[in-house]
Amino acid sequence: MGRPAPTQKRVESMSNGPEVLTPRSATEAIELFGDGGDTAIVGGGTILVPELRLGSARPARALMLHRAGLAGVSKDGGRLTIGAMTPLNALASLADPIAACVSHIADLEIRGQATLGGNLCARNTDAPRGDLQGVLIALGASVRSVGAGGERTEPTEEFLANRDDRLVLDVSFDLPSAGAYAYLDRAHTHEYTALAVSAVRTSDGTIRLGANGAGPHGLRLPSAEAAAANHAAAGAAALADVALFDDAIASAWYREKTLPVLVRRALDQLEDAA
Amino acid sequence: MSLNITVNGTSRTVNAEPLTPLLHVLREELDVLSPKAGCQNGGCGTCTVLVDGEPRRSCLIPISAVEGAEIRTVEGLAPPGQLSTLQEAWIHHYAAQCGFCTSGFLMAATAYLENGGSDDHAEIATALGGHVCRCTGYVKILDAISAAARGDSFDLTTTAAGLRTTIKGVDQ
Ligand SMILES: Cc1cc2nc3c(=O)[nH]c(=O)nc-3n(C[C@H](O)[C@H](O)[C@H](O)COP(=O)(O)OP(=O)(O)OC[C@H]3O[C@@H](n4cnc5c(N)ncnc54)[C@H](O)[C@@H]3O)c2cc1C
Ligand code: FES
Ligand code: FES
Repeated sequence: MGRPAPTQKRVESMSNGPEVLTPRSATEAIELFGDGGDTAIVGGGTILVPELRLGSARPARALMLHRAGLAGVSKDGGRLTIGAMTPLNALASLADPIAACVSHIADLEIRGQATLGGNLCARNTDAPRGDLQGVLIALGASVRSVGAGGERTEPTEEFLANRDDRLVLDVSFDLPSAGAYAYLDRAHTHEYTALAVSAVRTSDGTIRLGANGAGPHGLRLPSAEAAAANHAAAGAAALADVALFDDAIASAWYREKTLPVLVRRALDQLEDAA
Repeated sequence: MSLNITVNGTSRTVNAEPLTPLLHVLREELDVLSPKAGCQNGGCGTCTVLVDGEPRRSCLIPISAVEGAEIRTVEGLAPPGQLSTLQEAWIHHYAAQCGFCTSGFLMAATAYLENGGSDDHAEIATALGGHVCRCTGYVKILDAISAAARGDSFDLTTTAAGLRTTIKGVDQ
C-alpha cells in the first residue's frame, strides 16, 4: 500500500544560505547583532522566509529572534511596552487604533506568526506593508533599538526615517484617552490596505494623526493636526504632509481623493469615542 | 542542522538547513504529503498545519523555529482507515472538488472547531479567510464546517451510493 519511501533526502539545499544565528536571550541577540551589517533579522518571517527561499534576499547572516525572549506586552501605570517579537494576535485586544488596525492585517493564521517588530520594519517595496507604522506614530510611540552607536530610543517617525541596521527591542507609549482608525477596506484578507489614517487623543487632550500608504513609510500629519478642530479642513490640510505614490493597488490620484475623507472620518470617530 | 519535531504523535529527527520552510521538510524529507505547496508565499492556505494546536502556514515557518514543536497534519486527523467527523462532513457536503485546498482547510477548520468555533458562516469565514479555493465557491465548505460544528452525523454509505447513482445516470 502507498508509495515507496523516498530513497534520498530531497530537501532543497540552502547550504549557500546565510550563517544562521539563534540567540537565547535579548542580551545575546544584541551582542550577536553588533553593528548589524549584512544581517537579516528574522522576526515572524512572514515576509522574509519566502524572500530567503527565493533568493531575493541574500544576507550574509540571519539573526533568528524566536528564542530571544523579546515578546510580551507589559503595563507600567499608564504606559504600555510591547516587545518586538510579540505576535500581532496578542495586540488584537488592545485599545484602538491598534486593535482596529491589527484586525485588518493579513488573516488570523498569519497574525499568529507575524510580529510587531516585523511590521514596524516592513518595507514598502511591492506593497504598502507595515500598517502599524502610522498607528504607532499617532500613539506617539517611542522605538527602542540597538545597532551601531549603541541603544537609541526615539519617536517612531524618526526611527522610520533612519532605520537601516537597527535591531528593534520594543516600542512604548502612553495609553491614549481615545483612538480611531479609518481605512480603505480590503477586498480580501490577502489584500493590503491602500491607505489608512489613525487618530489619537492623548491623556492631555492633544490630537495626533498618522497615515499609512501615504509615503515611503508611515507618516505623521502635522498640518492636519494643526487644523484638527475643523475635521474637513484637517482633511484638506493633510495633503501637505504626504508623498503620495502609485502602486498596484491604488493610484496617487485615488489616494489624493481619499486621504481627506479618511482624515475627516478618523476625527469624527475620535470625537464619538471621546 | 539536526533537530527534532513531533509529527502526528511520532517524534522525528530531521536534517535541514535552519531556514528551510517547515512545508519542505514535511513533504520532501518526511514524506508527509497532505500539506500542499501552493503559492509558497503565505497567500493561499494550502500548506496550513497545526503547530502546537495553532493553524500556521508551513511555507512561512523556518524549520528551526518549530524545533521541539508538535505538528499535526491531515494524516493525523483520525486513525488509519477512519475519518474525523469534519472529514466525513467534507465528503457528505461535497466540499472538495480538485482537493488541492482541502488539507489546509481541514487543518484550519480542525483548529477552529477545537477552539469551540460555532456553526455561524460569518464566523467561520473570518477564521478561515486566508484560505483560497478555486473550485467549490466556498458554500459547500462552509456547509461542511457548520455541520461538523453542530455535531451532525453522516451516513457515508448513502453519500457514496448517491454518487454512484449520479454517475450511472450520466453514463446512460
Ligand atoms: C498573505 C499575507 C498578507 C499580508 N497582509 C498584510 C497587511 O495587510 N498589512 C501589513 O502590514 N502586512 C501584511 N503582510 C506582511 C507581514 O505579514 C506583516 O507586515 C508582518 O507584521 C511582518 O512581520 P514578521 O515578523 O513576519 O516579519 P519578518 O518577515 O520577520 O520581517 C520583516 C522585515 O522586518 C525586519 N525585522 C523583523 N523583526 C525585526 C526587529 N526586531 N528589528 C529590526 N528589524 C526587524 C526583517 O529583517 C524584515 O526586513 C502580509 C503577509 C502575507 C503573507
Ligand atoms: S503555500 Fe503556504 S500559503 Fe500558499
Ligand atoms: S477544491 Fe479545488 S481548490 Fe478547493
